Amino acid sequence: MKASGPKIRISHLSITIGGKAVLKDINLQIPEHQITVILGPSGCGKTTLLKSLNRLIDLNHQAKAEGEIFIDGQEILHDTRDVTKIRKKMGLLSQRPYPLPMNIYNNIAFGLRISGRKQKRILDRRVEHYLRLAHLWEEVCDRLRDPASALSIGQQQRLCLARGLAVDPDIILADEPTSALDPVSSKIIEDLFREMKKQYTIILVTHVLRQAIRLADHVVFMSEGEVVEQGSPQNLFSNPQTAQLRAYLTEGN
Amino acid sequence: MGVFYLKRHLRSKIHHGWMLVCLVLVLLMPLIIGFGLTFKSGMLFQERSLGELLFTTDWRPVAGKFGLLPFILSSLWVTILAILIAAPICLLTAIHLTQYAKKWVLKLMHPVIDILAGIPSVIFGVWGILIIVPLVSRYIAPVFDKHVTGFSILSGAIVLAVMIIPFILNILIEVFRALPDELTEASLSLGASKWQTIKYVLVKRAFPAIVSAFGLGLSRAFGETIAILMVVGNVPRMPTGVFQPGYPLPALIANNYGEMMSVPLYDAVLMFAALVLFIIVTLFNLTSRMAIIRLERNQ
Repeated sequence: MKASGPKIRISHLSITIGGKAVLKDINLQIPEHQITVILGPSGCGKTTLLKSLNRLIDLNHQAKAEGEIFIDGQEILHDTRDVTKIRKKMGLLSQRPYPLPMNIYNNIAFGLRISGRKQKRILDRRVEHYLRLAHLWEEVCDRLRDPASALSIGQQQRLCLARGLAVDPDIILADEPTSALDPVSSKIIEDLFREMKKQYTIILVTHVLRQAIRLADHVVFMSEGEVVEQGSPQNLFSNPQTAQLRAYLTEGN
Repeated sequence: MGVFYLKRHLRSKIHHGWMLVCLVLVLLMPLIIGFGLTFKSGMLFQERSLGELLFTTDWRPVAGKFGLLPFILSSLWVTILAILIAAPICLLTAIHLTQYAKKWVLKLMHPVIDILAGIPSVIFGVWGILIIVPLVSRYIAPVFDKHVTGFSILSGAIVLAVMIIPFILNILIEVFRALPDELTEASLSLGASKWQTIKYVLVKRAFPAIVSAFGLGLSRAFGETIAILMVVGNVPRMPTGVFQPGYPLPALIANNYGEMMSVPLYDAVLMFAALVLFIIVTLFNLTSRMAIIRLERNQ
């Protein structure tokens, strides 16, 4: 596993929503091919940070962003070019799975089709490939034409992961992806993340401390819109520097 | 203590009873209406077959000829044309208001829609006579090389479309607002454009509800009476084109009931017309409901 320069560099990022400061002067470097866990209590701005990375923050008309975000050295926050290109670099996994209103096959094929790949043979191969990658193929290969909503929540979440991978991103943004799942499904997702970091840069938002300990290569602790501490999990958890993190660690979660 | 408990208990029982009675009444209402209409039109069938009433075109009450087909077809023409006009307008407006417009535009639109929905039918009728009928006669029909009075199926459909737009639009706005933001986010994060997201994801997800909104609009349009009666021309003849006058079922009933009681069986045939209206509206409702159930199962 190589740990080269930062995949993402965030510089002086501040976001206000309706005049209220949600993120305050964030400076971060996210290493490539590692799992960076963003940890913090609810409402600390974790999700907003994640959404600003793939410009979903644009959907909120009241949100105003300042600062810069570089991905592979290219500034994306104020980029006026095709925002869909920026978004395709990142697969998104949200708190609850939201499968698209179509069958299992088309959930994966959708992203491929809209980016112009329409040949059935290629689609078939790709769909199988990404379903296998998400460890879902065996469970669904005989019912690809069933509606995605017929799957269990855990399977749906893996389908959403496969769907995100199918558009060939470098980065996975995961917003508390296991919070709606049972322990077994959660473990499958966590194992997948460990496997996937060889190829992808993963940013995982969570408020579950144990999950952070299990998965993180790099931890960013946030509180009230600010990055309070960051570092390797060993350092951070055994030797917290700030009162906020100490409180968070002792109160557990 | 005991008495108090008993009183309270009794009161709760009584109230519960009342609620049940009301519920049963509401449930029975359509049955009672259907039964009453069937009963009243029963004597019609002593000499005539159902087919003769429904599928012949000869309407001469004094001669005992009661062919209802022109009225049924007029109703269908006006209603379907109205839905064809209203549906795209409503769908695109709802999409614009919920996906593109600023919040204050939506806030502004709500009272506008409510006002439009609250205008009495007869005012739409007058507006139809003053604006739509001349518009059809002077501007729309000449384009197709027709010279007509303007009292026509098209005028009826336009007026009807305007009347059902607020009704359908209200439902559609709620439908689109109820879609989870995460669905939009999921689609966008896959690299879909906003329009692709709307077309392939949001509309698709909302499709059963959209169908049901149109179905409810259809039922509502089919029974609308006064405004249509004022602009549609009311000529009991088979409709042959949208610039021709029509004579929908509700207009037939409203125009004639209580006037021609001297003609034998006239009231029975009007009751039968009402029954046909009732059954068609019920069928519209049932089919749109069934469509929703099937579509939802397939998602």
